[in-house]
Amino acid sequence: MSKLNSKIPSGPLPEKWMHYKDHINLVNPANKRKLDIIVVGTGLAGASAAASLGALGFKVKAFCYQDSSRRAHSIAAQGGINASKNYQNDGDSVYRLFYDTIKGGDYRAREANVYRLAEVSGSIIDQSVALGVPFAREYGGLLDNRSFGGAQVSRTFYARGQTGQQLLLGAYSALSRQIKLGTVEMYTRHEMLDLVLIDGKARGIIARNLVDGKIERYSAHTVVLATGGYGNVFFLSTNAMGSNATAVWKAYKRGAYFGNPCFTQIHPTCIPVHGDYQSKLTLMSESLRNDGRIWVPKNKEDVEALRHGKLKPKDIAEENRDYYLERRYPAFGNLVPRDVASRAAKERCDAGFGVGETGLAVYLDFAAAIKRLGKKAIEERYGNLFQMYNKIVDEDPYETPMMIYPAVHYTMGGLWVDYELQSTVPGLFIAGEANFSDHGANRLGASALMQGLADGYFVLPYTLQNYLADQINVPRFQTDTKEFDEAEKQVRGRIQKLMDVKGSKPVDYFHKQLGRIMWDNVGMGRNKAGLEKAIEQIRKTREEFWKDVKIPGDVDGLNPELEKAGRVADFLELGELMAMDALNREESCGGHFREEYQTPEGEAMRNDADFMYVAAWEYKGDNVAPEVHKESLNYESIEVKQRNYK
Amino acid sequence: MSNIALSYSSITKKVFLAIAGLFLISFLVLHLVINLLLLSSDGGMAYTEAVHFMTTNPIIKVMEIFLFGGFALHIILGIIIQIQNWMARPVRYKVEGYSHNSFFSKYMIHTGAIIFIFLMVHFFNFYFVKLGWVSPPAGLEREDFFQMATLLFSNNFYAILYMVLMVFLAFHLNHAFQSAFQTLGLNHSKYTPAIKFIGTLYSVIVPAGFALIPAYFLFFK
Amino acid sequence: MNFTLKIWRQKNAKAKGKFVTYKINDISSNCSFLEMLDILNEQLVVKGEEPVAFDHDCREGICGTCSLYINGRPHGPDDAVTTCQLHMRKFKDGDTIVVEPWRAKPFPVIRDLICDRQAFDKIIQAGGFISVNTGGIPDANAILIPKEKADYSMDAAACIGCGACVAACKNASAMLFVAAKVSHLALLPQGKAEASERVQAMVSKMDELGFGNCTNTGACEAECPKQISITNIARMNREFLGAKLGAQKKRASGGGGF
Repeated sequence: MSKLNSKIPSGPLPEKWMHYKDHINLVNPANKRKLDIIVVGTGLAGASAAASLGALGFKVKAFCYQDSSRRAHSIAAQGGINASKNYQNDGDSVYRLFYDTIKGGDYRAREANVYRLAEVSGSIIDQSVALGVPFAREYGGLLDNRSFGGAQVSRTFYARGQTGQQLLLGAYSALSRQIKLGTVEMYTRHEMLDLVLIDGKARGIIARNLVDGKIERYSAHTVVLATGGYGNVFFLSTNAMGSNATAVWKAYKRGAYFGNPCFTQIHPTCIPVHGDYQSKLTLMSESLRNDGRIWVPKNKEDVEALRHGKLKPKDIAEENRDYYLERRYPAFGNLVPRDVASRAAKERCDAGFGVGETGLAVYLDFAAAIKRLGKKAIEERYGNLFQMYNKIVDEDPYETPMMIYPAVHYTMGGLWVDYELQSTVPGLFIAGEANFSDHGANRLGASALMQGLADGYFVLPYTLQNYLADQINVPRFQTDTKEFDEAEKQVRGRIQKLMDVKGSKPVDYFHKQLGRIMWDNVGMGRNKAGLEKAIEQIRKTREEFWKDVKIPGDVDGLNPELEKAGRVADFLELGELMAMDALNREESCGGHFREEYQTPEGEAMRNDADFMYVAAWEYKGDNVAPEVHKESLNYESIEVKQRNYK
Repeated sequence: MSNIALSYSSITKKVFLAIAGLFLISFLVLHLVINLLLLSSDGGMAYTEAVHFMTTNPIIKVMEIFLFGGFALHIILGIIIQIQNWMARPVRYKVEGYSHNSFFSKYMIHTGAIIFIFLMVHFFNFYFVKLGWVSPPAGLEREDFFQMATLLFSNNFYAILYMVLMVFLAFHLNHAFQSAFQTLGLNHSKYTPAIKFIGTLYSVIVPAGFALIPAYFLFFK
Repeated sequence: MNFTLKIWRQKNAKAKGKFVTYKINDISSNCSFLEMLDILNEQLVVKGEEPVAFDHDCREGICGTCSLYINGRPHGPDDAVTTCQLHMRKFKDGDTIVVEPWRAKPFPVIRDLICDRQAFDKIIQAGGFISVNTGGIPDANAILIPKEKADYSMDAAACIGCGACVAACKNASAMLFVAAKVSHLALLPQGKAEASERVQAMVSKMDELGFGNCTNTGACEAECPKQISITNIARMNREFLGAKLGAQKKRASGGGGF
């Protein structure tokens, strides 16, 4: 029998969460002190969860690999956070935010979870303001909103171009307060390397102290993973260099199912790749598409002339430009959702119309906007972004169009969780980007921050209590048990195995190779042959990795190459699962585009009859095919439609 | 004293340093006015009278205690702060810091030390003479500051040294003036530029005024 | 482009470190400084040497992880950038580049160019927060905050906690970092309630950790990648003085007090 019980509460959609909260079991304050919770990751989801749980009185141990909990990659989110406050009186509501999120996700997310997300979204803003997040204000002193892709209302709250930073610092300050109060113990520069199960329940972790290399054991009554997404499988992405999938991957191997691993978001407006040495891609805020027009030349001769520097972009006459988004999607134009914009750019570049040295870029042109609004207005709106572009590329976007290209940005997939955010391993909860739950096949802009904080501030404090309520008599766990022995032995064995390869190539060599395979075959356009080839190539790369990787230094001390090697070894396995999932999903939906399943005009073709389900993958052993379980999605409150942005 | 000072927070120490400094800054103006009387061609009458007032008036006597207290506080705190600052970076950079922002601010302890040495010399020449700890130059009365000053400034070496020292005083004051306001939390987008301007003006005019006297003796006598 | 690098190498916190010279050739001018170090490290690994350890993460100038004191300047020879946003085009071909870790007593070097900045976390833990628990919060629009105040607060809140201010300061003072957090919260009505306790607790922790005293040199604001102004330090001084002078004696617990 499948373990996939989504535990969606009964009752009408708008009452489910309230009903759930009214009927869960609680833990009294005296007993909370006796219960330990491990939180791995201190981004928006992890920090807000640890702070909230600490405030409730639980004993929390929080872990992060960074040197400070303030540095998690949530900090890099620029644009904003959605909330259905309807402060603008423009018709927003919980239902509408719920609807937009489900539709934006191409009908591949679970209704009840998304509704709850929309429902608590307002409280996130209240909470953040109370914590001192300096959101943008109107002159009257009220909160300001901006509009964002995929919505017809202005519901996005923002703090300049640093919303993620400010929200994270808010959660970090709440976490810092709990550390001072003694409810949370913080372990920085610690990387979780395995999950420990006792009698089938998650009861602890094995972590490596990254400074002195010591392998340490930590026990708790329950474990929360808030370790972010796995976009770094692609090597080049907008993720931080250290973002990794190791924690979720270990959990997967310990029995947590992996939901929809192939759902990856490719963000359309990033600065293009310009060399082999490049280590990461920089996102330019989606808001640029409000005023920028995207185009490539219509004629191949112009493409050639541009590439050889014989022509400058502004020399191309208006009639020789192809504003392909405006051409293909007259209704939404340059403001189509991310997945659509990304695919359209790829289509043009594949057809040979790409610009830039590599031919893998399109223009984002502000000339028309500058003419219409004046340079000053554009400077006010996007000044910092233009400056950032200028610093990186050394070109002035006021004078010449920006060059952009899509890049991997976010992973909608993640460990499968039920309504309570509990994985298929009892006592293991997953929050934020690390779980699969709310964004379906495509995430809308400004929704990642919302989900991370919703999980941490407002969902886990309830659902964890419900889980812990019957464990008040379970004494604190010792770490000298055979389960911990076994897990630590495995961790040590694997580290030793990596060190013992003593090959000839650095870790990045394999990571880049994996990235290329993934980008070419499991990226924006996927097809059966490509995916099958990718699986084969990934296996080969993995074999080569374990034969030829070279890790200098030793295990007992700070060793960045060893850290990377462990993460890449996991990516080399996860990449294969992503390809298998993409192969399994014979339809196009959201960020997942199977070239075999498209309309004659090149639009995505969903197959609701056969694929309206969450694919949850179960680990069956190394070199054994994982088993896919299906959680079918039932839409009761929403009419399922084909997305149309024409 | 230093133990008590150590137990105060860094900001409290700096606030006392700033207040004492501002007090010294205001004293300098008074001192300058009296010194400039040396230049009047009345044979030192006005100067002597002013000195007499300063050495006998009971209010001034009380203020003198504050003045010495101010000096002591400023110097002791300055040294404590500097030592703590050195201790805060036990391993120094190979390529030392590089900020064009404020050149003079980096050498406050050095210019301060030079000024302190001068102050001691100054005490030996005048104040200690008055107290009777040091005997006056041959043939002069203990109270005859006018002749003592004239005698000193007639020495070219001393005159030049004095002028050079005024340059260091100017360096010290240039940063000191606006820095004291910043330390006291008085930073305002409207007024701070004015404070900085006045500070620069002050740091040029006051030492220049002092330097004028030896220059006069050097070039015109 | 070709460069000579003089890099601080130190095995661990206890070991003695030294500068080691490396030559690196054929670097693109579009390469970022950290990518240049990646290339160096890749070459070192292939040669069987240990790569240079340095802190970095987001590589887009916001996480505050990267540090590096390059040719006498934190975050190197460009204004308003972090090291990860510094590009090699800012150097001349053939340049010798000296790379050092942040130097301050409260930031001990852990390895090579990595130092331990937990002191900053400890200062925040001392009081850099608003004491509210999760939930039970009035509507966000219940508090009106003048736009100007919110903007000033945001200016201060932009701090990424990288430590360049400490590194740049000749006194290794952390005043700009502390002042940015104090200002951020003191400017907002939500933060007013405990402003007085906050500033005292944070300053006292800062002193205890062994940071130097501020002498208003302004090097911090000149090198701050987020261009945070020292007007925040003046504001903190003001807050601190007000707190010290205006505070009542400590209330006896549960008693009536004043």
